[in-house]
Amino acid sequence: MSLSVTLRHRLGTLDLDVAFEAPGGVTALFGRSGAGKTSVVNAVAGLLQPDSGSIVLNGKSLLSQGGTSVPKHRRRIGYVFQDARLFPHLSVRGNLLYGARNDHGLQRVTDLLGIGDLLRRRPRALSGGEAQRVAIGRALLSEPELLIMDEPLAALDAARKAEILPYLERLRDEAGLPILFVSHSVEEVARLATTLVLMDRGRVVRTGPAADLLADPTLAPIFGPRMAGAVLPGRIAAQHDDGLTEIAVSGGRLFLPATAGAPGDPLRVRIAAQDVMLALDRPENVSALNILSATVTEVQPGQGPGVMVQLRAGDDLLLARITRRSADALGLRPGTPCFAVLKSVAVAQGAVGRG
Amino acid sequence: MTGWLGPQEWAAVALSLKVAVWATLLSLPPGILVAMALARGRFWGRGVLNVLVHLPLVMPPVVVGYLLLLTLSPVAPLGQALASLGVVFAFRWTGAALAAAVMGFPLMVRAIRLAIDAVDPRLEDAAATLGASRLRVFLTVTLPLILPGVLAGAVLAFAKAMGEFGATITFVSNIPGETRTLPSAIYAFLQQPGGDGAALRLVIVSIVVATVALVASEALARRMARRVGS
Repeated sequence: MSLSVTLRHRLGTLDLDVAFEAPGGVTALFGRSGAGKTSVVNAVAGLLQPDSGSIVLNGKSLLSQGGTSVPKHRRRIGYVFQDARLFPHLSVRGNLLYGARNDHGLQRVTDLLGIGDLLRRRPRALSGGEAQRVAIGRALLSEPELLIMDEPLAALDAARKAEILPYLERLRDEAGLPILFVSHSVEEVARLATTLVLMDRGRVVRTGPAADLLADPTLAPIFGPRMAGAVLPGRIAAQHDDGLTEIAVSGGRLFLPATAGAPGDPLRVRIAAQDVMLALDRPENVSALNILSATVTEVQPGQGPGVMVQLRAGDDLLLARITRRSADALGLRPGTPCFAVLKSVAVAQGAVGRG
Repeated sequence: MTGWLGPQEWAAVALSLKVAVWATLLSLPPGILVAMALARGRFWGRGVLNVLVHLPLVMPPVVVGYLLLLTLSPVAPLGQALASLGVVFAFRWTGAALAAAVMGFPLMVRAIRLAIDAVDPRLEDAAATLGASRLRVFLTVTLPLILPGVLAGAVLAFAKAMGEFGATITFVSNIPGETRTLPSAIYAFLQQPGGDGAALRLVIVSIVVATVALVASEALARRMARRVGS
């Protein structure tokens, strides 16, 4: 699958001018509110007619410079809105099957999303998380070629988010459906995205594989220094009796608070830059369980007292946020061998997702 | 009921019900269409249409009746053209239905338009992304959601049709058995010596019909509102 988008549109004070390619997997449009992310996906779905541009999905032109525009109901693009937008006069079953040709896929989708028990309910009798899962199922059953999700978790509280994220991961890994995901949350993007499109004030700032961009110290200001952090792919190595999960990453082993899964299951672990400590010698007699041998690849000064250090540990990149004073004292520069130290309990449960 | 009402009175009641039912049913499709156009349409002449639809609400009914007579009488061009197709309004019960429909139309359109304004167009967008054409979106999302408003509009139009007097008597006169509706009959009985009793009985019938219509529509609207979850 491939989606190619070029758009120009004037919307109030926002001057939208974007171009990007989305390969398969989950492509996340990331940027703060007002960056124009929703306008972009609305144009892709046909809900917004841009001043000019072209959109090509899987070789088919949905919008071309010449002015041809496929009407929204013929684009075969599923759309999960921030507010679930379920039809209030239909049951959950009626909502799910609204865009479906028949009910053959119903069982599979309700199993995937865990909504089999809700079929006879009315939308107003659903919790926010349930409604959002029904909305996802409804979009899936219309057999789209592309699924758009516009901040599907933004209206939910932390507990509901945690409830839905695993379903979205399953969607990414099992349904094989390309997803265009709009978000302003680094955590969501780190959990879900395979490709990132960074947007700011109507423009695309950078685009590339999510793992690369998340580990890029020059982009830390966009994610926010406190939110910046690399994502490491890994596999569960063992589950320990004391409540720790041992995870094999390319640079060694991590011990993290219990994460569900069997040995061999792929995971991705987001390690916030501010939780990583650096040492020139392997620390001994410290409480931190995770010590990875690494090499400095880049030192990026920030505006405040901190610097962002990029490290290579094994095949993967890590980010560490430390003070400029420490970086100077340790003499960190590209090529410096060092040790990255991470407290196990610093990694929140939500930062570990399916790989 | 025929025992309590005299044959003339009963004829007036039956005629009024017939006229009101036809007036309401026939104005429903154009009423919904015009309400949609006024609520959602962005076209040249929308303001003119709005004024035109609402004129019967503010004009003297006699004026509306006279305008209908001018355009649809057997000697007017339009009236002649329709007559050649077999459609005659002047001095027929069909004319009474038309006059009632025209007078009730603004009330019906206003009620339906309010309901359309309350429908979240984003739900219609959602339906479109699920592959529904505009017609299907209207039939499966918009229409079910505005049904309580459509019903309210229909009840208003029905009540107006039951009570219409000025335009009716001007357009189709007061012919017993053909165009003598309930209000015309009450008026006629009041002009006759000794007609007070008949007039009073018809007044009671009017009140009962209006009350039943109102209570029934309230109950139905409540049920529908529950069904659409609002």
